[in-house]
Amino acid sequence: MTDAAMHPEKRFRVAAMTKFSRYGLIVMAVIVLALAFGPLWLDRSNMRLMVELCYMLALAQMWNLLAGYGGLVSVGQQAFVGLGGYFFFVIAAFLGVPPLLAIPLAGLVAAVFAIPTAAVVFRLKGAYFAIGTWVAAEVYMLVFAQIGALGGGSGMSLPIDVVRAIADSRDMREAVTYWTALGLAVGSVALVYGLLRSKYGLALAAIRDSEPAAASLGVDVARAKYIVYVIAAFVTGLAGALIFLAKLRISPDAAFSVMDWTAYVIFIVVIGGVGRIEGPILGTIVFFILRGLLADLGSFYLIILGLIAVGVMLLAPRGLWGLAVERFGIELFPVQRRLDMRKDN
Amino acid sequence: MLIGVENVTKRFGALTVVDDLSFHLGEGEALGVLGPNGAGKTTVFNLITGALTPDSGKVHFAGEDVTAASPHQRCHRGIGRTHQIPHPFEQMSVFENLLVGGAFGKTSGTEHAAYDRCGEVLERTGLLAKANAPAGSLTLLERKRLELARALATNPRALLLDEIAGGLTDHECHSLVETIQAINASGVSIIWIEHVVHALLKTVSRLVVINFGKLLTEGEPEEVMADPRVREVYMGIPAQ
Repeated sequence: MTDAAMHPEKRFRVAAMTKFSRYGLIVMAVIVLALAFGPLWLDRSNMRLMVELCYMLALAQMWNLLAGYGGLVSVGQQAFVGLGGYFFFVIAAFLGVPPLLAIPLAGLVAAVFAIPTAAVVFRLKGAYFAIGTWVAAEVYMLVFAQIGALGGGSGMSLPIDVVRAIADSRDMREAVTYWTALGLAVGSVALVYGLLRSKYGLALAAIRDSEPAAASLGVDVARAKYIVYVIAAFVTGLAGALIFLAKLRISPDAAFSVMDWTAYVIFIVVIGGVGRIEGPILGTIVFFILRGLLADLGSFYLIILGLIAVGVMLLAPRGLWGLAVERFGIELFPVQRRLDMRKDN
Repeated sequence: MLIGVENVTKRFGALTVVDDLSFHLGEGEALGVLGPNGAGKTTVFNLITGALTPDSGKVHFAGEDVTAASPHQRCHRGIGRTHQIPHPFEQMSVFENLLVGGAFGKTSGTEHAAYDRCGEVLERTGLLAKANAPAGSLTLLERKRLELARALATNPRALLLDEIAGGLTDHECHSLVETIQAINASGVSIIWIEHVVHALLKTVSRLVVINFGKLLTEGEPEEVMADPRVREVYMGIPAQ
């Protein structure tokens, strides 16, 4: 007896997995598992590179969630990297909270700061919103540069007892940092995927494609954008805490750098593919390969990155992953609800 | 009375697009709206659905003042609409387009609860074969049907149709009229803006004619169409 005959009242069935994505998920699970044992088979410099790759991936996932789905093109995400980083230092060094617990707390503080920040920047639309987020980030930077206890404009190092509290040996500390970074990267992808597969993912995709139509179908567009902004601030704050845990030193210029925490991130998302969960993953890998290849070229490096970004925008506006989807129809993280029609007559 | 538009005025700068306009839609009724291009018909829809708020006057829905409610709140209460220029969610499939309305509209609930209803709406609107196609790949006519299907997926009490018969062949127009009659017969009240007058007259029981944002006349379709003023402003036939 078929399922349809047993449940005649359910005529329509919906599937989200594809054959490719099932194998894709298995391959990715194997890769993540292999990476989890990274401290056993990666050398120190490759582990550091992986940490960097992981937090850039998390930042890129969040920027894609904001811009690709929420229609919120922010150039001020460095605000939440800086807030996460600084509050990690405050919570771990001044409040004596264990460093690994201080990371999520710092993320929460960044999310709390997102609420008043949103109240200001959400009054602005489009390009004005983008500039507004940047200005907000600059304001936060100037405020932290005034705080003497945090070293003012020259910043501070993580006190040695806090560094020891992460782990006793240097090897172990680097392994802990590595695992935290890997967890953040996997967690950020899983968070975005879970969100997109949920009912709210439908609303976000609808907002991405047409805000007026989404509103007339019952989607509270303003609330969805606000929630996305706060979620992105939380994860971006977590990444900020991790970044400065790995660097062991923080300063206003490094913490609130528009170049490091927003410009490169936008580059990653644009070349990988905006509005697709795979885009930031592919973009991060391409970015690190390019950086490795072009490392000796000095300032030409940035010129070449810029040319590549312009080229991709002109030739493949949906990014490299968008190109792959168009050509081959492959998706690693399918979010489409496919309707299967049952023959009941 | 399901929808009441009371002395509503809307200005864009110096231009008064809707001028002290009042009309109503009865429960279960099908009302047609006529008027020359630029008469303010679509603006009236935007005022009823909340895409615009009036400078003065009130909009009532099901006995409540909804003048200050936002579009999604009005959708939750049961106002569904189609757009004159279709706004499909292009990167989503046709079925997913409906799911948005099904999961967030008047009968909002879990996504799963909306699957069957959305499937049935696809059947009723003749889009079932295109269910998994990206909405961006649809032809103009299919996009217009998608507008209708998506609005129906919200399970509305009142459905506002903005020129969905334009550009259809006679046969397509006939099947659209049948679909809309069936929707009306199932208890959904309808306001339909349409230039394809013969399609409109087959469906509606009352007509409202708007000119320069003002109510020109309203009443039984035959009466209204025989009115010399309507013939003059709408069809360019001089009154004498």
